[in-house]
Amino acid sequence: MIAIVNYGVGNLFSLASSFAAIGQHVKITSDSNDLRHSERIILPGVGAFEDAARKLFSSGLAEPLIDEAHHGKPLLGICLGMQLLFTKSYEFGEHDGLNLIPGDVRPIRDVIPADFKIPQIGWNSLHITNSSGLFANSHEGDYVYFVHSYSAFCDSGYITATTDYGAELTAAVQFGNVYGAQFHPEKSGNAGLNMLRAFCEV
Amino acid sequence: MITKRIIPCLDVRNGRVVKGVNFQGLNDVNSPVELAKYYSDNGADELVFYDITASSDGRKIFTDILRETARNVFIPLTVGGGISGVSDFERVLSCGADKVSVNTGAIMNPNLIPEAAKLYGSQCVVISADVKRVGGQFHVFARGGRDDTGIEAISWIRRCVDSGAGEVVLNSIDTDGVKQGFDLEMLKAVCDVVSVPVIASGGAGSIDDFIKLFKTVPGVDAGLAASIFHFGEVAIMDLKRRMYDENIPVRL
Repeated sequence: MIAIVNYGVGNLFSLASSFAAIGQHVKITSDSNDLRHSERIILPGVGAFEDAARKLFSSGLAEPLIDEAHHGKPLLGICLGMQLLFTKSYEFGEHDGLNLIPGDVRPIRDVIPADFKIPQIGWNSLHITNSSGLFANSHEGDYVYFVHSYSAFCDSGYITATTDYGAELTAAVQFGNVYGAQFHPEKSGNAGLNMLRAFCEV
Repeated sequence: MITKRIIPCLDVRNGRVVKGVNFQGLNDVNSPVELAKYYSDNGADELVFYDITASSDGRKIFTDILRETARNVFIPLTVGGGISGVSDFERVLSCGADKVSVNTGAIMNPNLIPEAAKLYGSQCVVISADVKRVGGQFHVFARGGRDDTGIEAISWIRRCVDSGAGEVVLNSIDTDGVKQGFDLEMLKAVCDVVSVPVIASGGAGSIDDFIKLFKTVPGVDAGLAASIFHFGEVAIMDLKRRMYDENIPVRL
């Protein structure tokens, strides 16, 4: 069973539907026992970092989540869920993340040209730098759907894909058994479903 | 490179797509679920469902249809029509919508956009504006383009974005249904004042109209149309291949 962490943030319906479409059994849950008994965990999220982090830490699910990740269970954070995996975010202040991947989350405004719109909304192509893991079934240049104003900055060794939005932005990361996608694989058509399939096989 | 998006819009009444389509291979040309899947499989970058139902029974059917669509279609789904409060946001988001477009609701209730943006994030709040020239000025129209509010449109759209809307759909009543091309002048006026994505709507009659749109107003991020896609006058993949040939960034 794949556990989708329900801490009151994110479009869980689409996520559950996309796993169902590839024949996977998922459970949307806010029960820490489900996280322990699952084979894989998905951490979703949209909206603001501070609000989501507060909800996650106060839900009592952060601790079992960190525990399971430390014990080697595959974990995939999506969009804001990916940003929460990092040490810190500088979205409206400075906020602690789960610290499962060393690095921080900062505004893309700092690195992209002034005439690029924020948020980045739409389909952009991936430059895949590590084709194992999440991208085992993917192709260089696959298009995926992004909606974000902040991006992860970390050691390039953890970055598995980037995307070009006037600057090279982190699109996906992997740190051991912890995976993250800045884009929405559940909204990226077949290319995205292929990534979810790959995650089910890591 | 981020691509220009092509977005078909489906008007749904009592759970059925209004005006059938003439595609081959569809069992039920009025089924939103089948049509959404068809478009998703044939190059659409995103879908807009517009609920034109008046009754609460129809609303219930609409959310059932939405849920069924979101179960089968894995591209972004925007829902509009009858969104007057945050409870409407909750109703459609919980059924699998990714974004919610507000129109008359934002005119009637100026707090709707900021409240929804705070609860669900700007990324899911779309301001959809029906705009028409009145005495040399752009005016916002309410109730499906029927009522002139007298509000100057460009500064109003800008206020909506400043208060939390993450995307703008600009529907020109002047060009809508005429099929002679998008309203480039109006679109440029909006692109000049907002820094969020702008989606052009109203007036598409041919592939050339989209090419002209993206070449003339580079600030426009997406083109939305209904009948030319539904009636097979323009196949989305033909349009996108042409965009590619014209060096317009596109997802093929």
